[in-house]
Amino acid sequence: MTGTLLEVRDLARHFPVRAGLLGRSRRVLRAVDGVSFELERGRTFGLVGESGCGKSTLGRAVLRLHEPTSGRVVLDGVDITSLDPPALKRQRKHMQMIFQDPYASLSPRRTVGRILDEPLALHRFGDRTQRSRRVLELLDIVGLGPAARNRYPHEFSGGQRQRIGIARALAVEPKLIVADEAVSALDVSVQSQILNLLADLQAEFGVSFVFISHDLAVVQHVSHVVGVMYLGKLVETAPVDRIYATPAHPYTRALLDAVPVADPSRRGKRLVLSGEVPSPLEPPPGCPFHTRCPQAMPVCRNRVPRTIDIGQRGQTHRVTCHLHDPDIDH
Amino acid sequence: MSEALLEVDRLSVDFVTEAGIVRAVDDVSFSIRPGRTLGIVGESGCGKSVTSLALMGLLPRPAGSIASGAVRLGGVELTSLNERALRRMRGAELSMIFQEPMTALNPVYTIGAQMSAVLRRHQGLSRRAARARAIEMLERVGIPVPARRIDEYPHELSGGMRQRAMIAMALSCRPKLLIADEPTTALDVTTQAQVLAQIAELQQELGTAVILVTHDLGVVAETCDDALVMYCGQVVEQAPTSVLFETPRHRYTEGLIAAIPKVRPQRLARLPVIPGTVPDLAELPPGCRFAPRCGFADETCIRRQPALETRCESRFACFHPAGRQAPQA
Repeated sequence: MTGTLLEVRDLARHFPVRAGLLGRSRRVLRAVDGVSFELERGRTFGLVGESGCGKSTLGRAVLRLHEPTSGRVVLDGVDITSLDPPALKRQRKHMQMIFQDPYASLSPRRTVGRILDEPLALHRFGDRTQRSRRVLELLDIVGLGPAARNRYPHEFSGGQRQRIGIARALAVEPKLIVADEAVSALDVSVQSQILNLLADLQAEFGVSFVFISHDLAVVQHVSHVVGVMYLGKLVETAPVDRIYATPAHPYTRALLDAVPVADPSRRGKRLVLSGEVPSPLEPPPGCPFHTRCPQAMPVCRNRVPRTIDIGQRGQTHRVTCHLHDPDIDH
Repeated sequence: MSEALLEVDRLSVDFVTEAGIVRAVDDVSFSIRPGRTLGIVGESGCGKSVTSLALMGLLPRPAGSIASGAVRLGGVELTSLNERALRRMRGAELSMIFQEPMTALNPVYTIGAQMSAVLRRHQGLSRRAARARAIEMLERVGIPVPARRIDEYPHELSGGMRQRAMIAMALSCRPKLLIADEPTTALDVTTQAQVLAQIAELQQELGTAVILVTHDLGVVAETCDDALVMYCGQVVEQAPTSVLFETPRHRYTEGLIAAIPKVRPQRLARLPVIPGTVPDLAELPPGCRFAPRCGFADETCIRRQPALETRCESRFACFHPAGRQAPQA
């Protein structure tokens, strides 16, 4: 497909963990374990999963903020994973990040003007006058007035700080922005403002997003394609409308069912998943979800499920579950 | 109103800040009957957590203090009790759980030691009886192998398990009132569903009244009999939960319900928003505190504060309320 901006193939990020007496026994935490997906230009890939599933590590590995253990990331035809440091640095202007807590990611001692000028100067974005004009333009794009330039991050509310974080990510006109829980710390009334802003930016500048969130409602709103992650693996990937209407993986169904619904008349009509996410240091054999799966079969306990495309009419809908494998006896 | 378990009457709480004295809770009144669940909902800075801390007598001192008002639990006036008398009430009569159990649990004692201490102090149980009771409570909140878990330290439990242990501890002396401040906010959705179900089950069994403080209207819809909406330290609306969601009257409640991202059958092109941000408590607008963000505000709203009025089952403070009977603004 000509429209593909980002291609992630079998990406893995493993962390060595020292455990046991004197830290002698070494184990491997497979935070991201063989993840593949692709993203088209001007589109958003929503990544959902519970804490510890590896979604943030995946987001960072895509940008090589975490060095991938194996696998490939290709952004607009350039294999990011094989670049040497100077070449990677040059590529960074095409891929930026927005964090959950803008306060922690904005230097408290710099004015907003300097914070926004930094990426511009780093990537040689014109002379001082041009950069200064760009800073004002950015403030306008994210809905902050020009006076914001001379103020410090602590003078802003949480929502306004997130706008600064977005302006910074946007400064060098990236093709891809990874947003990690970008609205999770915000109040509901402010959250929707920021979500609308991100949609506007996408429509205007054609930027693509990898949008990481634990909130399924937010992900539904912003995404075109959604991937569900469990213990380091994508267990289901499909176009947003399809995955929310007909989730195929039992884990996706359980996640959707657990979302509290702001409608008292629908109270209590849901399936509560038992148990907790197993330790990623000791993932269960077979299908990693079988310990909590209401539909687990004997085969799930010892055989790792294949990823199968159950999509129709040219749409991709991948699911990693024995229930959908025609070669498995149900 | 004699059947109310807890009566909060015109409670105001002041905080000393760099910007001067700030009224974090302003003239708040509500009551709750035995065994019922009241949700207190609002955004950051609305005063919901400060209200619950004030009820518990746990305001951070010296910065925070009750400026006026009364809090009666089972007829006992709590605001005038001294620390010793309050301590006797806490745990036994009213109890509290917090968003992050790690900060409320003592890291150097085992779960069992902390639970036993509460049971021995308030119920006068022997060491052995307290331990047996603690194991029973842990089992009830769904902690697997409680006889082993009881000897573990808080850090050895997962977030969900720690919150369960907190609930077990808070309910071990069968208090009449449990205040739960964002009890599931730090948890994943699947764990949140389990913990909320657990609280509801124990509440039924023990007849405990629950005040659930949360920013999440979805959680309120799922679990509360009644809901109280706060904005900038004031109650702006109170109603039975089903009424609140069906016919919100205050424009803020209406906006908040519309703005919650929800999983929908059809995606919206744009999310409804409430413009602007919550004002600083030190620089409150003179009239209705929501007026600067409200699409219905007029001269009256900007100049005068609306009083709480009762209509049908709702109580709300708004000059131009939403709902069927409302005149068109």
